[in-house]
Amino acid sequence: MKWEVCPIKDIPHFSIANLNISCIHFRFQLLRKSMIGVITMLRYTLNRFKWAIITLWAVITLTFIIMHTIPGNPFAKEGAMPPAVYENLQVHYGLDKPLLTQYGNYLLEVVQFDFGPSLKSSSISVNDYILKGFPVSLHLGAQALVIAIFFGLILGVVASLKRNKWPDYLSMIIAIVGISVPNFILATILINYFAIKWNIFPVATWATWQHTILPSIALSMMPLAFIARLMRTSMLEVMGQDYILTAKAKGLKRSGVIIKHAIRNALLPIITVLGILTANIVTGSFIIERIFGIPGMGDMFVKGISNRDYPVILGSTIVYSAVLILLIFIVDIAYTLIDPRIKVTGEKK
Amino acid sequence: MKKSKFSVLALLMAIMLMLAACNGGSKETSNEKEGGSGDSSGSKVLNVNNSSEPGSLHPANAQGTHESWILEHTFEGLTKKTEEGKIVPGSAESWEISEDGLTWTFKLKDGLKWSNGDPLTANDFEYAWKYALKPETAADYAYQLYYLKGGEAYNSKKGKEEDVGVKATDEHTLVVTLEQPTPYFLDLTSFYTFYPINKKVQEENPKWALDAKTHVSNGPFKLTEWKHKESLKIEKNENYYDKDKIKLDAVNFALIEDENTAWQMYQSGELDLAYPLPVDIQGQMVNSDDKEFKMGKELAVYYYNFNTEVKPFNNAKVRKALSMAIERQKITENVAQGGQKPAFGVVPPGIPDASGDFQENTGNLFKEDVTEAKKLLKEGLAEEGMKELPEFSILYNTLDSHKKIAEAVQGMWRDNLGVEVTLENAEFQVKLDREKAGDFEISRAGWVGDYVDPMTFMLWETDGAYNDAGWSNKEYDNLLKEAKSTMDPKERMDALHKAEKVMIDEMPILPVYFYTKPYMVKSNVTGVFAPINAYPNFIYADKK
Repeated sequence: MKWEVCPIKDIPHFSIANLNISCIHFRFQLLRKSMIGVITMLRYTLNRFKWAIITLWAVITLTFIIMHTIPGNPFAKEGAMPPAVYENLQVHYGLDKPLLTQYGNYLLEVVQFDFGPSLKSSSISVNDYILKGFPVSLHLGAQALVIAIFFGLILGVVASLKRNKWPDYLSMIIAIVGISVPNFILATILINYFAIKWNIFPVATWATWQHTILPSIALSMMPLAFIARLMRTSMLEVMGQDYILTAKAKGLKRSGVIIKHAIRNALLPIITVLGILTANIVTGSFIIERIFGIPGMGDMFVKGISNRDYPVILGSTIVYSAVLILLIFIVDIAYTLIDPRIKVTGEKK
Repeated sequence: MKKSKFSVLALLMAIMLMLAACNGGSKETSNEKEGGSGDSSGSKVLNVNNSSEPGSLHPANAQGTHESWILEHTFEGLTKKTEEGKIVPGSAESWEISEDGLTWTFKLKDGLKWSNGDPLTANDFEYAWKYALKPETAADYAYQLYYLKGGEAYNSKKGKEEDVGVKATDEHTLVVTLEQPTPYFLDLTSFYTFYPINKKVQEENPKWALDAKTHVSNGPFKLTEWKHKESLKIEKNENYYDKDKIKLDAVNFALIEDENTAWQMYQSGELDLAYPLPVDIQGQMVNSDDKEFKMGKELAVYYYNFNTEVKPFNNAKVRKALSMAIERQKITENVAQGGQKPAFGVVPPGIPDASGDFQENTGNLFKEDVTEAKKLLKEGLAEEGMKELPEFSILYNTLDSHKKIAEAVQGMWRDNLGVEVTLENAEFQVKLDREKAGDFEISRAGWVGDYVDPMTFMLWETDGAYNDAGWSNKEYDNLLKEAKSTMDPKERMDALHKAEKVMIDEMPILPVYFYTKPYMVKSNVTGVFAPINAYPNFIYADKK
């Protein structure tokens, strides 16, 4: 049976027998299509995975090179230490070996998911750091993101619908404040009022859910403002499209047009930035974590660099890159689900 | 269309799931917290901030104040310090010094115990000191034990362990042999590298110090909880010989890096002690009569290095001119704002002389004098065959307070001498590298004394490890040698006074001020004091 070409469109509707056959044909094709879909998807994922590994390797290599090029060393202090002490430390952490050997050893360790010891703190390995810090940063980041997306989208949509009226100006003011007031200032203001003056939330540290509220709000303001602005622009653009006019002309309700057609299409650019935004927020904000004394990953990264704590630098870079790569991948998949114009082909050229 | 709706829904669900999972985790910890505070509600718990995660709570591997503050309260060396800075017996009951000053015999107290109940003997001291010197331990502060005979040789793999000058002759007697007479050795025995470690525990479990469950110490408190990057808790050690005098039941150490946050936590009552204070708060408090504010002494000096290997800073007259043309009082009062003391020498106040205070006996070694400075600058430049100062800069590590001071100095030189200097900030590590490479004209530096003796501020020996100025002076070197070879306190201190004067006469560095240690304690907390070279001590503190 030839099933490559389905004749369904050419079949006259009155032929019952033909219709039945064509239905079988049609089902066949659907099956084939979904099979091909799964296979292409799989092939696509595998391909992306391969590239992810290559990217990670490149990131490790580059970081390794840059890290050893910048001046300073992990054991430097104000005033030199006796050469013997320095020598012992180098030997202890294997930093006396040639760089290429160190590099090789490091790659071998990373393949086994061992990121080595921290040169500054013998009580906690880089693995411990990540296992402890990442969930905390993720928790904080996810909360901040939910706040940012929820209020950002509402503000953006309302602003675009009430363009040049007070809701628009209000949301624009919020957005400008959100983008221009650095989050450490916002954090200080929040602490001052909510913790010290009104005593509603604790000042800092990370213990109960009450502790998570202020940092989440402080962290969410920037992305919230960003999403609101982007959503407004995107909505305005979509609202001017012909298909919106068509929908309106068809007599659809205004709410229906906005929800079904406008918002859905306006979401695309948001999803594009969401990947990077999420990676940024979820892997921790150095400043917010520092101000609130949160044991997350952001502070690990920055302090690793200023301490020249090589394994910590590499470990956190790898985690950050991996999260970023994963999120970009998710965003790409999300595109195909939301926008019918984009399809995964996975075909090699 | 249905498909995409579903996907958006799925995305939302995923986010919510993620959140739910996270919340579940935090709930557990919150329950723990409640339980923890529940059983200690009737007891005396002090809350302080350790600023940063301690790198290691093993006395040999500790690197700085983030470790030492906790170690000082959980361990005890042969000696300890009182509020006035006097050295009194700690684990040792008494000691004798041989006439040549080389052999010290310490007798330990009777019935000393570790926090796990093991008896503490002189062997634990011998073992600990040798362990810190062992090259494989890679201890940062191993050089604090270089005073022991054969200590440096063993640490640099040139000598044997047996030859290190420390020996437990019986359970209660520790005999220490030194490389050369060291009058301040007693002070050193209160430093954390000299703390004992439990030999049995170390041999059975080399990782004992990494976890609160296995941590064993001999001090007034013992470590009972260590949540990495979150908090630590120490509780009263029932096996401590002086336990009846310890009134606190426990101390919580928060790990808040941000000084402002810590200050806010102090304000809201989440902390009982605030140190270090943010600069602007110091400024406010110094001039107020707030009873919670305390001004401790600090064993440290803030100064600028001149690169004496670069023209025209090789000329002492140029260096003196620059040093005489700044107004230190203005800097401490208006810029640094922490009640610091202007420095006209390099040894800070608070160090005992043969009689009296070393710094008070020294007085001011030079004067600020703009006319004299102008004259010296002219002469100095003429000697170097220059008409005016070439382009030069002050290098400092990136920090707001350093920047403000550099700006003040820049303004003073401009107004008083008509000299233009540029400011250059660099990351701490980069600054250190450039200092070692001699790639600077003037660089900011600070020095905190390792022990309470003027010797710790005599850094400018020819080719000395800390001599970033690259200065060299025979007379200075000889005076230091003289001071190191005598046990007579008068002779020794005379030599050190002379050495400081010789150095300041040539001004390879520009002293700015002596640090202070401003901190705040809640009024319901008593018995906290700040030893000169340590963080505030609360071993004997009480809380109402």
